Amino acid sequence: MLKTINFTLNNEKVSIDVDPVRRLLDVLRINFNLTGVKEGCSEGECGACVVFINNQLVNSCMVPMGNVINKEIITIEGFKNTKQFEVIEASFLEAGAVQCGFCTPGMILATENILRTYKNPTLEEIKEGLSGNICRCTGYQSIFEAVMLAKEKGGDLWSSTVISL
Amino acid sequence: MKIDERTLRVDAVKKMRGENEFLEDLQFENLHYARTLRSEISRGIIKNIVYPEMPKDYYIVDYRDIHTNEVAMIDFDMPIFAKDQVNYIGEPIAFIVGKSKDKIIELMAQVVVEYEALPAVYSIEESKANQVNILDKKDNNIFVKHHFSKGSISTLSDCRIFEGYYETTYQEQLYMEKQGVVGDYDGEELKVYGSIQCPYYVKNALIHSTKLPEDEIRVIQSDTGGAFGGKEEYPSLLACQVAAAALKIKKPVRLIFDRREDIMYTTKRHPSQTYIKSYVKDNKIQGMVVDISLDGGPYIGLSDVVLQRSLFTLTGAYLIENLDVTGVVMATNNVFTGAFRGFGAPQSMFALEQHINQIAKGLKIDPFKLKRNHFVKQGDQTATSGVYVEKIMLDQLADQLEKLSNYKEKLNNKKEDDQYYRGIGVSFVPHGGGFTGDGEATHIKAKVKLRKNADDTVDLLVANVEMGQGAKTALSKIVASVIGIDIEAVHYDNPDTKYVPDSGPTVASRTTMVVGQLLYLAALKVKERFDEESFVVEENFKAPDYLVWDQKNLKGNAYMAYSWSGVVAEVLVDKITYDVTVDKLYGVYDIGNPIDIKLVEGQIHGGMIQGMGLGMMENMTSKKGLIQQNNFEAYSVPTSKDIPQMAFDLVINKYDDGPYGAKGLGELSLVGVPPAIASAIEDAIGHKIFKIPVTPEYILEVKEYAKDN
Repeated sequence: MLKTINFTLNNEKVSIDVDPVRRLLDVLRINFNLTGVKEGCSEGECGACVVFINNQLVNSCMVPMGNVINKEIITIEGFKNTKQFEVIEASFLEAGAVQCGFCTPGMILATENILRTYKNPTLEEIKEGLSGNICRCTGYQSIFEAVMLAKEKGGDLWSSTVISL
Repeated sequence: MKIDERTLRVDAVKKMRGENEFLEDLQFENLHYARTLRSEISRGIIKNIVYPEMPKDYYIVDYRDIHTNEVAMIDFDMPIFAKDQVNYIGEPIAFIVGKSKDKIIELMAQVVVEYEALPAVYSIEESKANQVNILDKKDNNIFVKHHFSKGSISTLSDCRIFEGYYETTYQEQLYMEKQGVVGDYDGEELKVYGSIQCPYYVKNALIHSTKLPEDEIRVIQSDTGGAFGGKEEYPSLLACQVAAAALKIKKPVRLIFDRREDIMYTTKRHPSQTYIKSYVKDNKIQGMVVDISLDGGPYIGLSDVVLQRSLFTLTGAYLIENLDVTGVVMATNNVFTGAFRGFGAPQSMFALEQHINQIAKGLKIDPFKLKRNHFVKQGDQTATSGVYVEKIMLDQLADQLEKLSNYKEKLNNKKEDDQYYRGIGVSFVPHGGGFTGDGEATHIKAKVKLRKNADDTVDLLVANVEMGQGAKTALSKIVASVIGIDIEAVHYDNPDTKYVPDSGPTVASRTTMVVGQLLYLAALKVKERFDEESFVVEENFKAPDYLVWDQKNLKGNAYMAYSWSGVVAEVLVDKITYDVTVDKLYGVYDIGNPIDIKLVEGQIHGGMIQGMGLGMMENMTSKKGLIQQNNFEAYSVPTSKDIPQMAFDLVINKYDDGPYGAKGLGELSLVGVPPAIASAIEDAIGHKIFKIPVTPEYILEVKEYAKDN
């Protein structure tokens, strides 16, 4: 049964007629062509499909469309236009934190989440903050370094708890 | 661009922005989806299949739609779709193809397959017992058997004997991007897109299965989200399947596995059993008898070559004068096993390192010291009676490892505490770069091309793929650096067999060392003629003179060059739960000369952690032919929380026939880690470890066994 669902997607108001049990992941990828959201495991275990829903980092494979009514969703496609992204991007590049790239958009959003949550994240907090995102290539070390580097480069960019595009 | 400058990865920006196009991100007009009907039993005859009536625009695709129903790998024993017999749970029987995934699932649920079950074989032991014979035209279940020896074991006398049986289990590659291919046929040209390591393996398989003319088949690699060997030979099967579907319906057909299918039914690392018997006199290992068995599953695939890689370097970093080696691949009705980073070496190196560790404990010598006393030197004889031609710097490597890890101090002054048993372990392993034996010269015959364009850019034309390891950056850097242009002026697109020559598969730690060297030589030619407007140069592989190999008797130099590693692991074992924490990993590597230190670091850290998974976390088992761990929760790979402190160092030992002196690295970084961890756990708990992964359950078993005996 189709239902009209309104929500905000990367700062734009959108509306879609969709079965409310359909996964947010599929709607983002298929209906909105946002293919930076990746499907890794379909079971909420790998973090390749994370997006922000009202500033919370969520696995979009676990979210039915009925749960996003009037919510604000940010994907990598929206986030890549921010100052925060620029700093994280430069840090990932410098630290060598990208290999195959499949987990990378998710890792970058998780990094944003860490930097917004902790003023000066410790290594343990970084590990905790990335623990929902699986990477099979890097051994994570370079990603830890990238998060620390972003903090160092970005300073007060993360003083607000809300992401604004 | 100079080779010593640090490079930023050329492929990273698109990946970070989510703009990379993995197979599932590619757009096609009128795309149809495929889903696989799979065998529910381990072995049996297909008596009958009842399909529901297919609605308009929905299709069944099976063996009848294929010209030659064989997947061309090395052998041809695996069908593309099972015809009248199935040989493992999950074996593909047919596709249902159509436009709606939901509809396909609905139709699939209505299919009824009637089987007549046949007796099956589920382990190496059962396969050897030979009560059930599962191979046609054979009176045993041995796919392949190799034997070689050197010196003479029988003349050894007055030796102390050490024996051990060592076991390893499945490991799943668990690349983040699942298996996926698209077939598209417009009546003139068959295009297959895929998340693949070896475009020409796929093309050759398609030529064999479709019998289309070679120039009507085109294989295009899509951005590949990790592979680790899992996309070496396996995608050839899937490509043949989607090709059959695309040729039948003349519309693009996409197959993407769901994660459970991918974990349960695709190739994995071979489970192994290794018996080693050593003859020791005067604290020297005088001779060794080794017997390795691998579980190959129901089709041979690449298993013969995997076994060879297990065997050829099975004396590791050590000189053993007298040797008797046997290896077999046994057929079973388990899931079929194949390529995985290390390719047979992790199995034999775990067994060897663990065995020598146990000898050292038996002789009351520090394992580091005993191993060091056996290091091979330049000019020594290899396990296959060849010669170590190149300069060997193992002593320096060991010195650097001692310094980096502070091994001796830590071994002798172990902290005692109430919560943990603490242990430290060391491994030294080689890994041969490029194909085994004369494979590069006789089998692969790599060819590369460079095209100089009028705008002073250069197109890099090879069939090797970027899959995360950094090939695009490393190879572009070599070319840019030789010619003396910016790395941005080198274009290296994903290979499309219509445009690139066959430079061989992206496997066997060969991309930098072998393909990179051909590009290095080609780039020298480009540099010389750089003033000319546009031209193409070509370079073909020539085997170096010292690569003397007799494939029939498995004698000679099994590899062109070896890379070497030394790894020290420190572990904590919880005294109550037996949970293992790897606290620190140190590695020192001789990979010739690094092309780019950041890429090298990425391969080392990544390999260390995948090796750590194999050593103590990634427990994959099969019960009656069914893989028991089928998702990320049941099959735990290392997460950010499991990461130890890691440190590494390099020994610079330039290899004359590698680009700027580089040798292989991709696999080496994994191979030495499991034995270092297992030895550290052995050191911590004071009991012998014979099996990886060393799980808490296994430690409990070992301790209980020790109590009872």
